[in-house]
Amino acid sequence: MRRPTSWAEALSVRAAAPDLLPIAGGTDVMVELNFDRRRPPGLLDLTRVPELATWTVFDGTVELGAGVTYAQVVADLGDLLPGLATASRTVGSPQIRNRGTVGGNLGSASPAGDAHPPLLAAGAVVELESVHGRRSVPVSEFFIGVKRSVLEPDELIRSVRVPCATGPEQFSKVGTRNAMVIAVASFALRVDPGRRRVGTGIGSAAPTPRTAPEAETFLAREIEAADAWASRDPLPAPVVRRFAELVAAAASPIDDVRGSASYRRHALTVMATRTLGWAWDEYRQGVPA
Amino acid sequence: MGTGPGVLTDPVTTAVRGGVGDSPRRPDGTLKVTGEFAYSSDLWMDGMLWGLTLRSPHAHARVTRIETARALAVPGVFAVLTHEDVPGTNLYGLEIRDQPVLAADRVRYQGEPVALVAAEHPEAARRALDLVEVDFDPLPPVTDARESVHGTSPSLHPGGNVVRHVRIRHGDEHARADVVVTGDYEVGMQDQAFLGPESGLAVPSPDGGVDLYVATQWLHVDRDQVAAALGLAPELVRITLAGVGGAFGAREDLSIQVHACMLALRTRRAVKMVSSREESFFGHVHRHPARMRYEHGATRDGRLVYVKAETILDGGAYASSTPAVVTNAATLGAGPYDVPNVAIDCYGAYTNNPPCGAMRGFGAVQAAFAYESQMDRLAAVVGIDPVEIRIRNALTEGSRIATGQRVDSAAPVAELVRRVRDMPLPPSADGDLRAMPGGVANTTHGEGVRRGVGYAVGLKNVCFSAGFDDYSTARVVLEAVAGEPVVLVHTAAVEVGQGLVTLQAQIARTELGVARVTVATADTQVGGAGSTSASRQSYVTGGAVQAACRQVAEEVRRRAAERSGADPGALDLAGGKVVTRDGVPVADMADLLGDDRVERTVEWRHRPTSPIDPATGQGDAHVQLAFAAHRAVVDVDVELGLSSTGWCATRRSPTT
Ligand SMILES: Cc1cc2nc3c(=O)[nH]c(=O)nc-3n(C[C@H](O)[C@H](O)[C@H](O)COP(=O)(O)OP(=O)(O)OC[C@H]3O[C@@H](n4cnc5c(N)ncnc54)[C@H](O)[C@@H]3O)c2cc1C
Repeated sequence: MRRPTSWAEALSVRAAAPDLLPIAGGTDVMVELNFDRRRPPGLLDLTRVPELATWTVFDGTVELGAGVTYAQVVADLGDLLPGLATASRTVGSPQIRNRGTVGGNLGSASPAGDAHPPLLAAGAVVELESVHGRRSVPVSEFFIGVKRSVLEPDELIRSVRVPCATGPEQFSKVGTRNAMVIAVASFALRVDPGRRRVGTGIGSAAPTPRTAPEAETFLAREIEAADAWASRDPLPAPVVRRFAELVAAAASPIDDVRGSASYRRHALTVMATRTLGWAWDEYRQGVPA
Repeated sequence: MGTGPGVLTDPVTTAVRGGVGDSPRRPDGTLKVTGEFAYSSDLWMDGMLWGLTLRSPHAHARVTRIETARALAVPGVFAVLTHEDVPGTNLYGLEIRDQPVLAADRVRYQGEPVALVAAEHPEAARRALDLVEVDFDPLPPVTDARESVHGTSPSLHPGGNVVRHVRIRHGDEHARADVVVTGDYEVGMQDQAFLGPESGLAVPSPDGGVDLYVATQWLHVDRDQVAAALGLAPELVRITLAGVGGAFGAREDLSIQVHACMLALRTRRAVKMVSSREESFFGHVHRHPARMRYEHGATRDGRLVYVKAETILDGGAYASSTPAVVTNAATLGAGPYDVPNVAIDCYGAYTNNPPCGAMRGFGAVQAAFAYESQMDRLAAVVGIDPVEIRIRNALTEGSRIATGQRVDSAAPVAELVRRVRDMPLPPSADGDLRAMPGGVANTTHGEGVRRGVGYAVGLKNVCFSAGFDDYSTARVVLEAVAGEPVVLVHTAAVEVGQGLVTLQAQIARTELGVARVTVATADTQVGGAGSTSASRQSYVTGGAVQAACRQVAEEVRRRAAERSGADPGALDLAGGKVVTRDGVPVADMADLLGDDRVERTVEWRHRPTSPIDPATGQGDAHVQLAFAAHRAVVDVDVELGLSSTGWCATRRSPTT
């Protein structure tokens, strides 16, 4: 077990010993070790790296250290990143939220990870670093397969940069029970009047978390065409319906123990319809720009 | 002696605190909530070894070869045992001895134990386990209980695949009715999922015997099965209850008991075994899945004329308590209703599914799902309210159940249903996501939500039934310690969290008027107490403790009367003293006892029950019946198929 106490030291340990498995909250790693699914030669404990455990805001963007826990997100970021905060509230139990981190969620790169849809909807960027330098990868390009990401063996996740919300955000997750549950399907929505765009994120309904780009452009165009960013008029029902269809069409779900592909598509349609309704209602109730 | 006013002795005005009717604290309560309580998985002895079990990956297979040499060669490994090392009979079971301690030539379910390892460190034991070579020759598994019962599957045991068939014929088997509803029902397997996994510590003793500390439900039946498997006299197997982390029926069968003892006797070292959470699911019995076909006949106004049913319970690979579960599902199969004509056939099947046995409700709940679903359908067909149909047919004191047994104690079924109906309905979620279907996962703010309200009633036998010699033993000792009377209560009754230790002390305080009561750790050094199951320990061990206390009290009164010349029948025990009926002390118990102690051991039985008639299922099989009514209120998101956590209102009799 290596326990670096600074970011620079963490990167050099990583470069020297890429076989060591990084561990943050350990809520994924310890499960794998306890069930004997993984036997790494050792662990690289990141919990003593102070740079990872903080978040800052600069120029309308939250830079969220990889070691920030869900509990911190819920406590601190409800206003700046309401979608991520709502998603964080649905993660595991209080114990898991106290230890589990957004960086660990990215590190595991599970298609069901709950932080991913709101990060996708927000157009967030993952900051990766090694002793050779730093690179920025949009979240939508970070995941490359089931539990696989672009993270190189000598790299660590430094942070994720998330543009602050300028309007309503929603997150909705269907599980096989009401708490402590892995998503059967989830959906995140960002209505972004400041940037005149719509963001989406789909969880647990494709090999990776992904956006619904056609749904995003369709809805942004309709809002623009109706001048609804300014008028805040209700969205016509056919527009909402089409948006939901395009969200469901963007998924490529499978049948598994948690749910069937067709249920997942149906659930996405329902979640997209409802979340858009709530978000747009909230926007309409806001003070006109 | 003087009893009037002016006598210069303090009258005893209050009984000791913490007696029956009070709510004393659980002695283990604080320890448990602060994480200090020692569960069986916390047992520890210096120099102990760790035992592990190799389990079959196949549901059904022939075992053609077991080779242990490579496993034994792992450093730190002290023993690798197979069926050849079972010293006594390689068969055990609660009702039918059909289950091998370690599989010999055939495995009948996935998870069946095949070999054991003991090593200095759990990691070494795990490595050795991987090196035990077992050749399995897989056979097609029998997975359909109905086919198994109907004889279309290969036999899994010498007597065929029907573990038990109970036939109930009450009234006219060919009764007809104006209104008939039929339905097929299926309930799945459930697991008790107690939090403290199977665990224990076996310590070999110099006399060739073994001391076993284990979390279990029935010490003496464990002991008898362990002794038979070890080929030891029962008195050489001493079992002491260790901290139980939940039971719910799943600890009634043996798990690690024989295995840990075998390893301890072979290695002459203490051996600890603890199942992992995952292994635990392979290491204990589950609730029987059931397939039930019910036909209810009623008059046009919804009065039951007959109930016909065929129920098939899947017992899995070994019998466990399947025969008794079948008896319950059959004898209680018409529900808490007055039904003149009942014809039920209930079967327990052997299959290659995981073995099933005791779980709270024990056959009564499977049947309830079917007969209560039927009552709802009958209400719909007849056009009356689901509550009304239950009230109209409710069993009352004096009614007969399906076995012909007359209910001779309170049976307030209709009253229970009315009470749950009349409780206020929970408020609608109104913006609080936690009360919505989907909870804080934020799937609905009210869209698609419909409310469902359902009712169900049920009945369950209390204590062991059908002629079982059901008793408990209590040893009660009264002595003076430092000038104060002190009581020791010693039984083999297992506390699994239900509050039995508290209750035993309460009974002793009330019966003997003594504040300081110690309840000894349950073990096999005293007579049997029967199982902690069938809602029986308060009744039976409570009865035994009370009876033993009363014998002790009688002796104390006799001594006090001898000393004071009073009539022993006119004396009571209260506040540590022997007092007259008016509460005037005639003797201090501690004085009276001096250096002597009063000790009594009593074996206590409830009224006998009889076996049911094999052809008709008729007979007074049950000691007493308990009744329950529930109302469940659940909000459902009909678009997503999600539901709220639900609110359940419950009323029971006689318990509350
Ligand atoms: C009971 C329980 C309930 C759960 N419920 C949920 C849930 O509802 N929703 C959900 O999404 N997840 C859930 N999880 C999974 C888990 O909590 C999350 O994935 C969490 O975000 C993991 O974070 P961690 O800090 O614990 O990661 P760790 O377990 O420490 O690490 C996870 C992975 O990320 C890597 N890693 C961590 N930090 C870095 C870094 N800085 N750079 C590079 N790689 C890194 C590790 O090497 C590892 O591969 C649950 C887990 C448990 C045990």
